[in-house]
Amino acid sequence: MKLDPKVPSGPLQDKWDKHRFEMKLINPANKRKYKLLVVGTGLAGASAAATLAELGYNVETFTYNDSPRRAHSIAAQGGINAAKNYQNDGDSIWRLFYDTIKGGDFRSREANVYRLAQVSVNIIDQCVAQGVPFAREYGGYLANRSFGGAQVSRTFYARGQTGQQLLLGAYSALSRQIGAKQVKSHVRKEMMDLVVIDGFARGIVTRDLVTGKIESHWGDAVILATGGYGNVFFLSTNAQACNVSATYRAYKKGAFFANPCFTQIHPTCIPVSGDHQSKLTLMSESLRNDGRIWVPKKKGDTRHPNDIPEDERDYYLERKYPSFGNLAPRDISSRAAKEVCDEGRGVSQTGFGVYLDFKDAINRLGKKVIEERYGNLFEMYERITGKDPYKEPMMIYPASHYTMGGLWVDYNLQSTIPGLHVLGEANFSDHGANRLGASALMQGLADGYFIIPYTIAHFLASNKLEKVSTDHPEFKKAEQEAKDKINKLLSINGTKTPTYFHRELGKIMWDKVGMARNRKGLEEALQEIPKLREEFWQNVKVTGTGEDLNIVLEKANRVADFLEFAEVMAWDALEREESCGAHFREEYQYEDGEAKRNDEKFAHVAAWEFTGVGNKPIRHTEDLVFENVKLAVRSYK
Amino acid sequence: MRLTLHIWRQKNSLDKGHFEKYQLDDVSPDMSFLEMLDVLNEKLILEGKEAIAFDHDCREGICGACSLTINGIPHGPEKATTTCQLHMRKFKDGETLYIEPFRSRVFPVIKDLIVDRSAFDRIMQAGGFISVRTGQAQDANSIPIPKKNADLAMDAAACIGCGACVASCPNGAAMLFVSAKISQLALLPQGQPERKRRALNMIKQMDAEGFGACTNHYECEAACPKQISVRFIAMMNREYMKASLLKEDD
Repeated sequence: MKLDPKVPSGPLQDKWDKHRFEMKLINPANKRKYKLLVVGTGLAGASAAATLAELGYNVETFTYNDSPRRAHSIAAQGGINAAKNYQNDGDSIWRLFYDTIKGGDFRSREANVYRLAQVSVNIIDQCVAQGVPFAREYGGYLANRSFGGAQVSRTFYARGQTGQQLLLGAYSALSRQIGAKQVKSHVRKEMMDLVVIDGFARGIVTRDLVTGKIESHWGDAVILATGGYGNVFFLSTNAQACNVSATYRAYKKGAFFANPCFTQIHPTCIPVSGDHQSKLTLMSESLRNDGRIWVPKKKGDTRHPNDIPEDERDYYLERKYPSFGNLAPRDISSRAAKEVCDEGRGVSQTGFGVYLDFKDAINRLGKKVIEERYGNLFEMYERITGKDPYKEPMMIYPASHYTMGGLWVDYNLQSTIPGLHVLGEANFSDHGANRLGASALMQGLADGYFIIPYTIAHFLASNKLEKVSTDHPEFKKAEQEAKDKINKLLSINGTKTPTYFHRELGKIMWDKVGMARNRKGLEEALQEIPKLREEFWQNVKVTGTGEDLNIVLEKANRVADFLEFAEVMAWDALEREESCGAHFREEYQYEDGEAKRNDEKFAHVAAWEFTGVGNKPIRHTEDLVFENVKLAVRSYK
Repeated sequence: MRLTLHIWRQKNSLDKGHFEKYQLDDVSPDMSFLEMLDVLNEKLILEGKEAIAFDHDCREGICGACSLTINGIPHGPEKATTTCQLHMRKFKDGETLYIEPFRSRVFPVIKDLIVDRSAFDRIMQAGGFISVRTGQAQDANSIPIPKKNADLAMDAAACIGCGACVASCPNGAAMLFVSAKISQLALLPQGQPERKRRALNMIKQMDAEGFGACTNHYECEAACPKQISVRFIAMMNREYMKASLLKEDD
């Protein structure tokens, strides 16, 4: 099958305008004849559902949380990028476009990224109109800050809670539509399967997490906005319930999964403290502006950090990257931390940590200035670790944070299954092999507010869809499969908990499909994952019943999908024989340890087609055509 | 650390519920409170027993899902901290803890420690928004907003909708939650056209849900993990009064 990205012709800057004019419309009176299902109510899902309802479509939303406001978009701290150029510092749509393409190490689609930069300005307008309290200057105008990978200040923020405020904005718009009965909101319901009828996505099957009831829902189109799969590593900065299930089930029904090996590791998280650890907490990257990163020069040095003299410390980022120093990009600093820990020079009780030291900054600027800049972060660190970073260095370590890969979509955000549209982190579209800070919020809202409302109309107007009902055999079949799976999980009654299997899977993925990968490790992972999966289906223990709220069953159901998906990720990492962005293959690096891209062979998207559990999926490619940028080597020396 | 836990178990909303006693011997002071419950749950599963159901998600103090009453205090003893951010080093070895769901007539227990807080969503649906359709907005910088007002609006907007204010209030009032949203939008120029309607509609829904009224105990502010100030309740009362007196025909 040839992947057609359906990118409109013409100059880059005119594509979206031209496309909007060429796409078909649906007249206002006819919109109410359509029903759209939106799965996931984070930034992308809530903004899409609200906007589609405003246009007059009947919308139903689904979330496994108790309220749309709890989606994990809420946890984003830093900000949202937009090419407003309010600072008069040389920003433009072209520059945001270029920074995003370069940041993604030239593995994203030009036309999508340009459109993202274009609509970024509308997002800020929309959010301000909704009452999002962005930070302001004394003159009353919006404030900006700078962020990694850019030389301009284009990031809008609401204290350290930008994700929360943007999500509450989208949630308020969605609440208005729920109140107006234009949206029917389903909470505590988890998608179990996608239903495809005559080649079109026509509905979903859900499990009511309170009653256990398996239910079918039909729609004229299905929109997935179910986030990323960072929890495949078990420990990540994601929320506990984040999972791959919705997108993976769609993959099993024929949607291609693109670039699953592109997973971002964030360099500044609080290290693991023990086996009980359930998640890793992100500390804002801004700390690297004033903190100095180091480890002891000596292996296994167990002295208190304050007792280690200056000449026995290795400030390895400053040493290796003299011009960027402690501000080297995310992927580079993460790998450098792993390297020194692998050498046995890591700190913390597990040996997987490095110091982030503010002593020099405090001496230079005074404690008061540091407190003003980072007070809340220092407080959070102390709350979690019980240690005072004003008195001793913080300890940090990289953690899984964001996934650039996702379901393959064309320019219209439609997957390879007609009628199935995918938004936000769940799709693969805009960040290439590495996402820049403050761009995730931008993409989620761009997809939801400004792209899908246009492209879905074109889809609906271009296809004559027969009415379906949930009595259709395909719905019944999917319901039965969901019930069978639940019953199977409950009947095994083995000796190990779902969390045990998740943790084991996480170890394999972190060690062999994590920050740095090589052929040997990936091949081992491809042996170990199926073994673990087999053991899971023979030996997992799920207590309770399927007829009421059962948190163990929910977890087992999600882990079961991670255990299949992990293999696709490993295959993708194995076959992409180059290093690019967050994907680092040890075999492909320059002598100084920098990533070696292979544009001749791998300037493409890899999209995987399901061929049965345990079978190697088929790798399809979409060539990336660069007409407006020159492929260059990223250098941060 | 050794802990004796008395945890509320309730099969469903119809069940009466009861405390059950558990002994946990190997608690690390570095665990978060929820990780301590994870460890207990792993133990229960292996013993073939049903795990204790509790709400949680982000585990970094922002989603508002976690909702435990610990020794009678919503979110436990540490100030300005959600349950998920509370760590075991704040407790003593050998301590006895009572763990219950958030208690309120308006938040029925669904199971064990999980309650139904959908009343908050319905209050939001009644008016917790600015009616702007996507695409209508003008340039974001066309209305300057004094920094002081924007900052104060942000103070109110920091609410995570957890419901600790309701659970801590002797009257079961939701006024801190409702006032935070009403104040946020009343402080911003974009919120002016619907200012009166919003206050009236949200408060009407709040009353219809069965929440109590404020009698100035200020327990809500003390329990609030985001330290939302009770001054917003005063602001809401002013908003309500003005709106009631100067009611327009809708």
